[in-house]
Amino acid sequence: MIQHGSEVVGLERVRFRWPGQTTDTVSIDELHLAAGEHLFVRGSSGSGKTTLLNLLCGIHTPTSGTVRLLGTDLAGLKASGRDRFRADHVGVVFQQFNLLPYLSTLENVTLSCSFSGRKKQRATEGADLKETARRLLSDLNLDPELHGAPVSKLSVGQQQRVAVARALIGGPEILIADEPTSALDADNRDRFMDLLFRETKARGCTLIFVSHDPQLAERFEHTIGLDPVPAGSRSAS
Amino acid sequence: MTLLLIALKSARFRRTSIVLTVLAIAISATLLLGVDKIRKESRASFFNTVAGTDLIVGARSSPTNLLLYSVFRIGNATNNVSWETYESIAEQDEVAWTIPIALGDSHRGFRVMGTSTDYFEFYRYGNKQQLSLDAGERFEGAYDAVLGADVARDLGYKVGNEIVISHGLTSADFADHDDKPFTVVGIFDRTGTPVDRTVHVGLAGIEAIHVDFRDGSRSGVPLDAEQALQFDLTPTSITAFMVGLENRAQTFQVQREINEFRAEPMTAILPGATLSEFWRTIAPVEQVLFVISGFVLFAGLLGMLTTILSTLNERRREIAVLRAVGARGRHVVMLIVLETLLVVTAGCALGVGMLYALLSLARPTVARRFGVDLALTWLDSTQLGILGSVIGAAVVVALIPGFIAYRRSIQDGLALKV
Repeated sequence: MIQHGSEVVGLERVRFRWPGQTTDTVSIDELHLAAGEHLFVRGSSGSGKTTLLNLLCGIHTPTSGTVRLLGTDLAGLKASGRDRFRADHVGVVFQQFNLLPYLSTLENVTLSCSFSGRKKQRATEGADLKETARRLLSDLNLDPELHGAPVSKLSVGQQQRVAVARALIGGPEILIADEPTSALDADNRDRFMDLLFRETKARGCTLIFVSHDPQLAERFEHTIGLDPVPAGSRSAS
Repeated sequence: MTLLLIALKSARFRRTSIVLTVLAIAISATLLLGVDKIRKESRASFFNTVAGTDLIVGARSSPTNLLLYSVFRIGNATNNVSWETYESIAEQDEVAWTIPIALGDSHRGFRVMGTSTDYFEFYRYGNKQQLSLDAGERFEGAYDAVLGADVARDLGYKVGNEIVISHGLTSADFADHDDKPFTVVGIFDRTGTPVDRTVHVGLAGIEAIHVDFRDGSRSGVPLDAEQALQFDLTPTSITAFMVGLENRAQTFQVQREINEFRAEPMTAILPGATLSEFWRTIAPVEQVLFVISGFVLFAGLLGMLTTILSTLNERRREIAVLRAVGARGRHVVMLIVLETLLVVTAGCALGVGMLYALLSLARPTVARRFGVDLALTWLDSTQLGILGSVIGAAVVVALIPGFIAYRRSIQDGLALKV
């Protein structure tokens, strides 16, 4: 069995099937990630990666099997408990449109702390919340002039970096990124990946990165593929 | 950042549709409050017309008819009360005071009422207020007249003007008492009651202009004003009279005595009771108004619901982002409910503002045309209750899109593709 001590993400015999369907949308036998590890999930659209992300975030619960984050079995929590768990321990970056258009750049970053006392507490250790957010944005190479700007003034690449800052503020143990580079050109994509790795490594944050782009997989120590394969085992390689 | 702040900023971002919804709610609120205000003020003005009078007595007729002609100057008496009968009742021990009323003449559309100087002493309206003079003094001579505030204003009369009284209620040249003009000696302060629209003269004056009249038309021998004064100007009959009792507990007893008076068939009414009875007959009108404003509110809330539901689609991304950063299901519901609360509260506030703006605009006109004073008083408990139930209803309505948004956010999950 598993060593629970250092395990951050643990999936065992996870099956997810939408009601009325005859095949499993997600079927993962074993997946274990320790703190600071980076996982690349390769999957084209329709491969069940969206569902996998929702399982990892606790939006959905598996039809069978166990999803365990930081030693907590998500199925053992109520929906609101899973939401709270996500608020405290998980950061999420979407493909695009990560930011709320009615908040400033800085407000978008600190938004995470509105729903998590833990993140807020950790983000305000030694500095006030805005200061922490500014530092984080600067770490992600975002010009201080843009910190107070409306998000509509930002380029797509800048928006994605703000989204990473929001996902990382308050030091969550797990960062989930869903095709965060798909809207970026090659140059921006590479710079974004560099930043993402630098910041997650600096924080010992476990990264789960989903993409259809196999080129990116080289940087990761673990890769799984979600593309339809005959029923069988899928596990971290 | 609190959820309320998020709701505020989100609403500000979608201000066009929000402002329209606020406006719809404001109009409903104005209408509901306005109907309530008009209902209360017209009721108050109606019940304020006469106060402190224990009984009104006239020739036998329906109580409503007696009330209408004696107090509101609407309609006519079918018969008169003889002066002897009036005097015998006025002299009874239980009776503290009486005010005789002689109606039947008019001046340019305003009714003329013959009465005694006791009218100035004992007549009460509103909160038991006495009549007060804005200018001049009480009538004394037979050809003195004291005008209600509206009469003086509408006809532009001042103290010292001469006026001619017409026989009957329509102005027709042949029946003018133009040989015996009256002098305006006083003008009453505004009361908001039919007093404002009445020309008051002494009973002697009424008698004097009719000395050369027989059966409603001029007799053969005309007499001028001075000659008429030589006659005994004690009236032979009056239209009605008001009675104040020494002890109000005797009201029913005196009423019965008058109703059973042998010499002459009469009706005595309790003004308050008859006012209530009459008000009940017109109450359905106000209920209809209320029902209509209720429907307007319903339409306003329905419009609000439609707006919220239609924005849910464009807000899926926003809600997915909030869910991703840890917003729980109840936060999503609360976000919608809070926004609704903001919209409805703003709508109600705007509605109250619009109500006061409209009231202050309409106040002079309404007071002049209907004698109803739309005083700008602060909202009373009913009106606060109306606003409270509007807000409450809106919050309940908002739970529907709130739960829809929550359920959709679960279906959408975090990796929303839009």
